[in-house]
Amino acid sequence: MALLEIRDLDVGFDTPEGEVHAVNRLNFSIEAGVILGLVGESGSGKTQSVMGILGLLAENGHVSGQALFKGEDLLQMNASELNQHRGTEIAMIFQDPMTSLNPYLRLDRQMIEVVMHHRGMKKAAAIAKAIAMLRAVNIPDPERIIRQYPHELSGGMRQKVMVAMGLLSEPELLIADEPTAALDVTVKVQITHLMSTLREKTNAAIILISHDLGMVAGICDRMLVMYAGEAVECGSVEQIYYDPKHPYTQGLLNSVPRLDRPDDSGLEAIPGNPPNLLSLPVGCKFRDRCPKAFDACSEKPPMQVDEDKHAYRCFLGAPS
Amino acid sequence: MRVQDLAVHYKLREGGLLGSKMHTIKAVDGVSFDLDAGETLGVVGESGCGKSTLARALLALVKPSRGRVLWFGEDLNKLDDEDLRKKRLDMQIVFQDPLAALNPRMTVRNIIAEPLWTFFPKIARVQVDERVRGVMKMVGLLPNQINRYPHEFSAGQCQRIGIARALVLNPKLVICDEPVSALDVSIQAQIVNLLKDLQKKLNLSLVFIAHDLSVVKHISDRVMVMYLGRAMELSKRNRLYKQPLHPYTSALIKAVPVPDPKLARAASDSGLTGDMPSPLNPPSGCVFHSRCPFLIKRCKLEVPALRRMENGDWVACHRAEELDLTIGKSG
Repeated sequence: MALLEIRDLDVGFDTPEGEVHAVNRLNFSIEAGVILGLVGESGSGKTQSVMGILGLLAENGHVSGQALFKGEDLLQMNASELNQHRGTEIAMIFQDPMTSLNPYLRLDRQMIEVVMHHRGMKKAAAIAKAIAMLRAVNIPDPERIIRQYPHELSGGMRQKVMVAMGLLSEPELLIADEPTAALDVTVKVQITHLMSTLREKTNAAIILISHDLGMVAGICDRMLVMYAGEAVECGSVEQIYYDPKHPYTQGLLNSVPRLDRPDDSGLEAIPGNPPNLLSLPVGCKFRDRCPKAFDACSEKPPMQVDEDKHAYRCFLGAPS
Repeated sequence: MRVQDLAVHYKLREGGLLGSKMHTIKAVDGVSFDLDAGETLGVVGESGCGKSTLARALLALVKPSRGRVLWFGEDLNKLDDEDLRKKRLDMQIVFQDPLAALNPRMTVRNIIAEPLWTFFPKIARVQVDERVRGVMKMVGLLPNQINRYPHEFSAGQCQRIGIARALVLNPKLVICDEPVSALDVSIQAQIVNLLKDLQKKLNLSLVFIAHDLSVVKHISDRVMVMYLGRAMELSKRNRLYKQPLHPYTSALIKAVPVPDPKLARAASDSGLTGDMPSPLNPPSGCVFHSRCPFLIKRCKLEVPALRRMENGDWVACHRAEELDLTIGKSG
């Protein structure tokens, strides 16, 4: 049985301008010990799908479908039932470290809360563990830092604190939403190592939301590419990097600036802008920006799955 | 533009009411370079290395503690306010966060036209509109969107508005402070390509600041790598990525993840140990010595000067001649 299985997940928001379909019939599953990369541009529904699963949507949001965590549907649980899982078995590292840390509390208070509450740790032990974790994410002088308030730290440091907090309870499923977005390259490498270590040590499953295709290539086993709220391609990282089937995935891979290839030619960009979720195009949602679009694309393409479990939502099977 | 031994130091008070101590942060310390017309200089470094302070000092938005910024031979910091204002006609800046840099209550017309009104208060409305529509077209925006507000645009389009505002006065120099860091990759590529095209078309001098070497590769003629306020290396683009002269440059190159699963997993780590030291208390001698894998005794004692190598590139490392840091080789 998969650790987490998502079936037909829909996430929508009621807004004064109408309903926004943030996530549309999303299906995926993740086994223990697997790192899944969730990739796509901003607004593609990566974050909102996991927020929906964890019951963390904004007030005007609604979610439907199924999210089976070890066989139990998270979407059917009330807040107190969810809290049995959230923070202990399932941990999340949020994207924005400034708004996710409580500015009124010193780091030690915020960090030990979870392990004391859920794991029944004594305060001294919890603090020792938190300090060890801060050291593990390469924060210098953690004994001093843990007694500071969030505003006293730099953005990179705060992000590292968020990562340390996520790892503290040794979760079975870790959801990391752009954990390295604000960090320097050399620190990114360190955080990446940290997550691989967690997986090796505890056999945790990790969902890594990122638009850093280099980082995803380095640590993920499988990946799911999203566009305008839909999964457009899903497979192993090798399938997706070496044999991308969907033109959006191909465009995404081509637009990454690469240091390992000599070229003066400039970057290949995907033309146009991501679609407005209030008025999505009919048929294939990537049609307006797709260099390969043809008549059939006015119908919505189904997800095709080939025999190696490489799935893609495009009428064109083979890459050109 | 010529920059000579530029330094910006901030004073910081620490401690209570009694016995407070003054600290000096050397945000930029002894940076020198020349920038030719039509040239693009990439400036790269991790957060806290002083690249944004450098950008502000180049535009005389902060006063240097030492050194000079010469614009066509004139020292910007010796000019009086009115003369400086006139010089600013030629120099513009594009900021990192496109949404935060645009006033949400102004239309695109007013945002882009503001520099025009500032410098030419008597300019006729028709002329303004013509010019605004012209630059909008130039940066790939539809001129009929002139009456819209920033929230009606995507992040990439907002950055185009920011670029249009920078270009409306026909500047000679544009400083881009992390112009694509906040954008998605596919949009990043659009903006980098746009800046590159505009630079060629208008013969602009560009200073392109980024925290990551991969972005500047496609746009720069030369690249300067900064660490703790100092220039570590200033090299021609083609050389720097193949054969960096400074160990820090080589570490930064190795730290950029490759979007290829096999290569990414096989990649050795950057070889950098430890953390960036606090700028309040930088290491003695070479500021990079505490993290350098090629440390010798001399590095702790003597500050290496930024010196010119035989091939014309600049480096601040005592061991530049003996180290072979060619990328692709092991070690």
